[in-house]
Amino acid sequence: MLSTLIDLAKIPSRLKSKGVLGMNQRNHAFIGRYNDRAKYPLVDDKLKTKIIAQRHGATTPEMIGVIRNQAEVKLIHDMVKDWPGFVIKPAQGSGGKGILVIVDHDQQRYKKPSGNETSRQEVERHVSNVLSGLFSLGGKTDVAIVENLILFDDCFDGFTYEGVPDVRIIVFKGYPVMAMMRCSTAASDGKANLHQGAVGVGLDIASGKAIRAVQFEKPLTHHPDTKVDLSTLVVPDWRRLLELACSAWEMTGLGYMGTDMVLDRTKGPMVLELNARPGLSIQIANGTGLIPRLRHIENLEVPIKYPTPEQRVEYCVQQFSTETKFNYM
Amino acid sequence: MTSKVPFYIAVIALVIIGIAMSIIRHQTYNVPWVPGETRQIWDIEARIEFTARGKEVKASLAAPSTQSGYTLINESASSPGYGISYNSTSSGRRIEWTIREASGPQTIYYRSQFLVDENTKRDVTPPSQPMPEPKLPSLELSAGKALVELARQRSADNSSFTRELIKALNEPESQNASLLLHTNNKTNALYALLSIAEIPSRIVGVIELEDGRRRQNVQQMIEVWTGEDWQLFSISATQDGKQHPLLIWDQSNVSLLDLMGGSNSRVAFSMIARNISPTEATESKAEADGLLNFSIHSLPLEEQAMFKTIMMIPIGALIVVFLRIIVGLKTSGTFMPVLIAVAFVQTQLVTGIVGFLLIVGVGLIIRSYLSRLNLLLVARISAVIITVILIISIFTVVAFKVGLTEGLSITFFPMIILSWTIERMSILWEEEGGKEVMLQGGGSLITAILVYIAMTNEYLQHLTFNFVGLQLIVLAGILVLGTYTGYRLTELRRFKPLVKD
Ligand SMILES: Nc1ncnc2c1ncn2[C@@H]1O[C@H](COP(=O)(O)OP(=O)(O)O)[C@@H](O)[C@H]1O
Ligand SMILES: [Mg+2]
Repeated sequence: MLSTLIDLAKIPSRLKSKGVLGMNQRNHAFIGRYNDRAKYPLVDDKLKTKIIAQRHGATTPEMIGVIRNQAEVKLIHDMVKDWPGFVIKPAQGSGGKGILVIVDHDQQRYKKPSGNETSRQEVERHVSNVLSGLFSLGGKTDVAIVENLILFDDCFDGFTYEGVPDVRIIVFKGYPVMAMMRCSTAASDGKANLHQGAVGVGLDIASGKAIRAVQFEKPLTHHPDTKVDLSTLVVPDWRRLLELACSAWEMTGLGYMGTDMVLDRTKGPMVLELNARPGLSIQIANGTGLIPRLRHIENLEVPIKYPTPEQRVEYCVQQFSTETKFNYM
Repeated sequence: MTSKVPFYIAVIALVIIGIAMSIIRHQTYNVPWVPGETRQIWDIEARIEFTARGKEVKASLAAPSTQSGYTLINESASSPGYGISYNSTSSGRRIEWTIREASGPQTIYYRSQFLVDENTKRDVTPPSQPMPEPKLPSLELSAGKALVELARQRSADNSSFTRELIKALNEPESQNASLLLHTNNKTNALYALLSIAEIPSRIVGVIELEDGRRRQNVQQMIEVWTGEDWQLFSISATQDGKQHPLLIWDQSNVSLLDLMGGSNSRVAFSMIARNISPTEATESKAEADGLLNFSIHSLPLEEQAMFKTIMMIPIGALIVVFLRIIVGLKTSGTFMPVLIAVAFVQTQLVTGIVGFLLIVGVGLIIRSYLSRLNLLLVARISAVIITVILIISIFTVVAFKVGLTEGLSITFFPMIILSWTIERMSILWEEEGGKEVMLQGGGSLITAILVYIAMTNEYLQHLTFNFVGLQLIVLAGILVLGTYTGYRLTELRRFKPLVKD
């Protein structure tokens, strides 16, 4: 009893020496200091994010349409007539809430990634719930974005179960400091959000190779559903993905940000969404703390001409390369 | 980090000012630091409202005097434009307000201070006149005589005799009693019975002393002469259970308020208990109304009573800030737990928790049905609000019928807030499952209980109410907590895997 207490008392100093970033410090020293509140709407509203991303030449999933009020709910069926697969999401949602993924349909029956079918009424009801703000921050009324289904790159086959894996990169002052891939599982129901049970795989900034994997914040080596060895995961086109993530800094001007990216089979890297308050689990997936890297970037001398995304990526690739930490027992 | 310096200077300044204010208050007004070493004073305020008819007005209110357990140490009346006089009449003291001309709604105040005092000096005047003849029709007179005869057989002296009469009057089956109660209320019936028995007695107006009570009315009770003293009897049969101390306000046996030139009159009492030091108690004529006394205590009593709760809210906020920033507890709605705790103070803890769980539980079940109806959000919340009101009224009625008077206090819950809580929790349930609901609901409840414990703490109550400077210290504490950038306690567990390798 006493020894566990003493152990517990030692944890803060050990975490500190490992450079683990806590919630209070994140809010205080990074989000509060580097993120201008006035710019939050740019990232809190996925519609606005899409617009600024396209203005800066970044690819985003193709937009099929927007449903703005209850009267238009029934238009959804016509809207997706020419699109076999599509996704409905609340513009101001977060954490994977309210995202409905349809992989195939005939305008009568809609097929979900799990193979289950839903009816027209259920799709309409989902849109209506999105509009009334059920899934949005503070329950405000919202709009529903309908966008094209992303077909993920074949190289991810087996690493993800019934869903598109996305790559989360923490971008600090325009530099990519830490990355992970989030792979959906049966538990996370086709969405790649960690607290819903997706697997987080820490990625080496230098190479895009897997470092370590966790589910529900516990380490693991194989995907729980497909049993594929997660240590063999390598994200292709890694440089371009990093550069795209970094360019989000030019788009939004937010200093501390989480970028969610996907690799489409045909169109390559895309920006899925940007996040002004990215979570801290990425540290667990990488098995290391964020603070040393953040401080490193913070202490960089700022030249008169700010480095381009390519230069920033090059710098981080040199600085932050990491060995794999998979641990087979 | 230079930008931090002004912040810390401000925090230190807040603390110093807060401490200084408290010390000044402690020294100049002799307010003790702890509630123990004190004497209690009751400030009681009678607020008289009426509509004047535009002519001369004369209002006369019965005034209380020193009595067993309480010494009158101060009194004052306030009322713009009125002339005031204190008169001693044969039936007790009265205050009289007079004005040549007044119209429209009028409010006048009378305020008295009583020192709680075990060894009061008071004169026990024996009854002067014999009891008047009972004014009862013959049928009721004989019923009364039968009751008196029965009670006399079962009793030994005046006080046990009165107790027997009260018992008889509260007997629902007794024919004699119901005959009497048909035309008289219980107090008058008891008075009539006592006059049949020729036992000296009088009807008095009594107020219950309950700290922080507002808008109380005078209750009628009966005082009986036991041979050497007057003893007070309440007509309601059962006297057990928690009873508040009683103060006799009106011994006149005439009327509480006589009003000429006005209508729609109403007298309501507010009261508040205050602790003062023994020295202050002795200088009973303290500068209670002095101009320099810029404390909450110079406000009308009704507002003071409200402040007793309001002054505790910063402490609640401090606890919430602590639990969120240092511990990392999840609650649904940031300050919802504080409001729940305020409700707990009114309902008592156990009743409060049971009530909270009942309302939220039943609310969640009904909300899960509403979610199938596919309503828009505003309509859904409104429906939940109405459901909550219905649940509360049903529970109140059921509790009343079953005889659980504690159940009545359930109405103190903030209904709109509860409805939002239910709505938010049910969305949480659909999205993240029951575990998260238990986590956040449990977090809210734990926070609310902790805040409740702090709010009902005698020392904290004493300090926050008597030392306004303390609020500045609490503010400084919250500001400092706001700059804490270390790990939350819950994060130690979360990030534990990172320590291992
Ligand atoms: N267009 C899409 N095609 C396929 N899957 C998608 C699409 N959009 C989102 N998803 C899935 O939903 C998850 C969450 O989407 P995201 O846009 O990041 O919303 P949130 O803010 O809720 O995290 C993604 O990780 C991905 O797995
Ligand atoms: Mg996301």
